[in-house]
Amino acid sequence: MKFKGKAWKFGADVDTDAIIPARYLNTSDPKELASHCMEDSTNPDFMKKMKPGDVIVAEKNFGCGSSREHAPIAIKTAGISCVVAKSFARIFYRNCFNMGLPIFESPEAVDNIKEGDEIEVDADAGVIRILPSGREFKVAPVPAFMQELIAAGGLMAYTKKKAGLA
Amino acid sequence: MPMTITEKILAAHCGKKEIAPGELINAKLDLVLANDITAPISIKEFRAAGAKKVFDPDRIALIPDHFAPNKDIASAEQCNLLRQFSREHNLSLYFEVGRMGVEHALLPEQGLVVPGDVVIGADSHTCTYGGLGAFSTGVGSTDVAAAMITGEAWFKVPESMKFIYKGKLGKWVSGKDIILRTIGDIGVDGALYRAMEFTGEAIKKLTMAGRLTICNMAIEAGGKNGIIEPDEITERYVATRARRKYKFYKSDKKANYVDVREYDLSAMEPQIACPHLPENVKPVSQLAAINIDQSVVGSCTNGRIEDMREAAKVIKGHKVHPYVRMIVIPATQAIYKQCIKEGLVDIFIDAGAAFSTPTCGPCLGGHMGILASGERAISTTNRNFVGRMGHPKSEVYLSNPAIAAASAVLGRIGRPEELK
Repeated sequence: MKFKGKAWKFGADVDTDAIIPARYLNTSDPKELASHCMEDSTNPDFMKKMKPGDVIVAEKNFGCGSSREHAPIAIKTAGISCVVAKSFARIFYRNCFNMGLPIFESPEAVDNIKEGDEIEVDADAGVIRILPSGREFKVAPVPAFMQELIAAGGLMAYTKKKAGLA
Repeated sequence: MPMTITEKILAAHCGKKEIAPGELINAKLDLVLANDITAPISIKEFRAAGAKKVFDPDRIALIPDHFAPNKDIASAEQCNLLRQFSREHNLSLYFEVGRMGVEHALLPEQGLVVPGDVVIGADSHTCTYGGLGAFSTGVGSTDVAAAMITGEAWFKVPESMKFIYKGKLGKWVSGKDIILRTIGDIGVDGALYRAMEFTGEAIKKLTMAGRLTICNMAIEAGGKNGIIEPDEITERYVATRARRKYKFYKSDKKANYVDVREYDLSAMEPQIACPHLPENVKPVSQLAAINIDQSVVGSCTNGRIEDMREAAKVIKGHKVHPYVRMIVIPATQAIYKQCIKEGLVDIFIDAGAAFSTPTCGPCLGGHMGILASGERAISTTNRNFVGRMGHPKSEVYLSNPAIAAASAVLGRIGRPEELK
């Protein structure tokens, strides 16, 4: 699978309160959550500026803090195709695989991508390309079990099969 | 093969004699937890999967504590979803307003999590129960949905870090200061994916409340779990509460750690985490010029009876500064009652503080003390991210309860010794 879009850059330790502030957690409606995506981040007008398919590119420890799955739900429903970061916080990482927001770790890519660059993420080849220059960066390999989860269609589809509900 | 306490507990829950870091396991769960923010998504996923039955109606705790008592109509709908689901599936561990408390204070207090357990919760501070010598970790709503069906969860066995604390704690220094100091040292991702094992003479002398506070904030260093070996203090705490059998696990002397860190706490001042990350930690004496508008004592981090006593001891006979709102929130109804019994409520109210029914409330900017633009709070809670307690242009400083109480009187960040 390939994802292509404009890069939106964020700093280190972007927390889940920045991605979706708790004041909006009185609902789990994906569209409502998406409308406030990144509202308390360094780019509060993100939702006015981003286009479907765009990519969030962040420094280390993206998604730290709360366990709220509302964070990856808001990003996915906003239309962000995938997130590239130097590293991800543990619960956010786990949530993304469980609910199906593609995420990729590549410190080198993050160091080289500039805000506004058109980039392409080739998930199958494990490569991130900056399109203007054609420069390529390797993505950290996805652990085998996570690949199994993705192939099954997320944790619930995997669980349904295991529990004999499918 | 020598193993850590974390490895031993996980091994016992996946039917293996030995496990090693990096290994992927499927573990049986002793308890599955979610709250009014996270459970609605779990319930939707549970239903969408076509599941008809939960794995065990006595091992799923649904606790409406975040935006409850219902702060608005939308929150009321979310709490109602928990209520209806609990009735539909006869869940014995649903806690209604009036009986509920902040989840991570309530479950240990009621003996519903015990030493040796494996617990997951759709709340990042589920790591609190490591204070009892349990393996517990925060997950998302989908993980809880799957666990409500199967009673199991997958884990990658974490590497362990060992923290050794030496020295006697000074006056007004507590578990909160130990964990803030540690996070300040290793950073908000310093323990990413890892188990944080807290040891040493200072931990051995620490009350259960202090231990729960330390493990509560393991997530603030990115940790998968925080854990403390159970001992006589643990035994005393759980003996009269435990509703299930419990087991004490201990790390082998030759267990493997990816990192071992030592701290001498004998000269440590109370610690404060400055905006906007829990790793921005400074000793309190460096922050005396910081005025505050609000002081919050409560939460899953510091809402226990010991915390209430500490704050009351400081504020007794004083008045909250005219420019400050002090909000005290005992974490459970039992703590609330104990506060009445010990006369602590009188002390707080006579000082001019608000005293509230249990709720997470202002900790995550829900209700019961939201900050306006430009306002600043000192708080015994666990996070100080941008907008955490209200307006994105407000600020939160994290401290222990004694410092929060002294600051409420002074109108600025300060120490109990400064009160006249």
